Amino acid sequence: MSLTKDQVQHIATLARLKLADAEFDDVVDKLSRIVEFVDQLQAAPTDDVLPMAHPLNMTQRLRADEITEPNERDEVQKNAPQVENGYYLVPKVIE
Amino acid sequence: MGQDTAALHARSLSELSRGLNEGEFTSRELTESLLQRIDDHQEQLNAFITVTADHALQRADAADKARANGDTGTLNGLPIVHKDLFCTKGVLTTCGSHILGNFVSPYDATVVERINAAGAVMLGKTNMDEFAMGSSNETSYYGPVTNPWNEKLSPGGSSGGSAAAVAARVVPAATGTDTGGSIRQPAALTGTVGLKPTYGRVSRYGMVAFASSLDQAGVITRSAEDAALLLGVMAGYDRRDSTSVDHPVPDYVAALSKPVKGLKIGIVRQHFDEGLDAGCEERIKVALSALKDQGATLIEVDLPNIDLSVPTYYVVAPAECSSNLSRFDGVRFGHRSDNPEDILDLYCRSRGEGFGAEVQRRVMTGTYVLSAGYYDAYYLKAQKVRQLISQDFKKAFANVDVIAGPTAPTTAFAIGEKTDDPITMYLNDIYTIGANLAGLPGVSVPCGFADGLPVGLQLVGPHFAEETILACAHQYQQLTDWHTQGPEDFS
Repeated sequence: MSLTKDQVQHIATLARLKLADAEFDDVVDKLSRIVEFVDQLQAAPTDDVLPMAHPLNMTQRLRADEITEPNERDEVQKNAPQVENGYYLVPKVIE
Repeated sequence: MGQDTAALHARSLSELSRGLNEGEFTSRELTESLLQRIDDHQEQLNAFITVTADHALQRADAADKARANGDTGTLNGLPIVHKDLFCTKGVLTTCGSHILGNFVSPYDATVVERINAAGAVMLGKTNMDEFAMGSSNETSYYGPVTNPWNEKLSPGGSSGGSAAAVAARVVPAATGTDTGGSIRQPAALTGTVGLKPTYGRVSRYGMVAFASSLDQAGVITRSAEDAALLLGVMAGYDRRDSTSVDHPVPDYVAALSKPVKGLKIGIVRQHFDEGLDAGCEERIKVALSALKDQGATLIEVDLPNIDLSVPTYYVVAPAECSSNLSRFDGVRFGHRSDNPEDILDLYCRSRGEGFGAEVQRRVMTGTYVLSAGYYDAYYLKAQKVRQLISQDFKKAFANVDVIAGPTAPTTAFAIGEKTDDPITMYLNDIYTIGANLAGLPGVSVPCGFADGLPVGLQLVGPHFAEETILACAHQYQQLTDWHTQGPEDFS
């Protein structure tokens, strides 16, 4: 199935991606080819097959709710583009 | 003249280990010599994103001192390089992406931590496809890596820098990661050994996540013996990775001596269909008959759904990637766009500028297959087909110990040859993806040359059968010397 430009724009918005105008047609073309390629799965008979969620069929391990890691905020925030007093700064969200 | 008198760069990790133990050279001498070699070949290969020379020399001196004090840690003083996807404390960790171009990891990945604890000396971080999404190393923001066998060719990917560096005798061993073939395929295309362990065998903690149900850390080396040595250090339970398996770690090196005699080797009928290059097919068949001559039994097995492994992967992996890569938002780390109008503009432009075209395509494919109205048709359907593929392997392993066949459909291809059509590129991994979907261990071993370029033989085993596939690979390397043949320009 080919994707329309509107569909691709919608996907990009959901994915929080600003696509360059010059590349938009190429993205539509290549994404359509990928979707057509994976469409061949539709023909596989999978009635009564359980979806596989994990390669080893394990269940999620749980641990006791204990504090095990030290607070390394300052170290971690060295990688942040903009911080102030331990907070991450972003453009104003609420007017 | 034996290997043990060869130049340092020409020796395997195990040979270097013997040299250090016998006091033939120090770790500092070894480290200096390999740093020089990295420098000499960086311009042609572009195998490294970061070289950690100062760090390496300090570590080498510490290793020499420890050795003098009687420390015989498994990897004490031995060189290693890490794919730039493993977090390394205090060192740039880019994952081949612009969006992580300034990211200095505040912690070490468990793999790095374990290798460090065994005494190894990290020389640098290797180039790779951006976020490990690619099969040619061409999606790296830091430029393509060239294949040491021919600089016009790709070394494969995504662990292309690791494979090129090991093949060019720049370093004896490198870590890599394999989500759909990213260790085994570049190993095949460069004439090196590439091991992808069982899912859960090696901790994923500190690996930049691509597709969490498929990613697994492994190694690229020049011999199965070296892969076994490193796996023994890397493997084991880690409470910091919730999918890490608490399963005993055997002595992989000791297990190498197991003869091939009596081994039941499955040959997948579908692996020899159209699509496999004739020159590669011939080399694989010669390798299989060599194993047969040693007393292995070749048994034809059927994986009826294996043809659907690539489309299944290209639903599951992008779905997981779109979810994992949502953390890159220009707020907490990584690239941030200038002068954002509002928060949405900040997210969209930071990601649009920070991610390359292939990563964007995969994020969007994943977003699409998980979006309202399409989830059942694509994602759920793919997870069901994945179950079928996994069951096919299970049935096959009821009758055989390993499955052997080609690693890649062709030898190395030209840089630029497959960039126009994503599907052509994706089909490179047609023989490797099945092991990731089913979580199985696999190793690619050099098995000769077609038109002067290396061909890889892939051995896949049941869950946690690394001993079996490594022993088979090692025994094959006792019969052949393909793995000791390097590219002429890098002798």
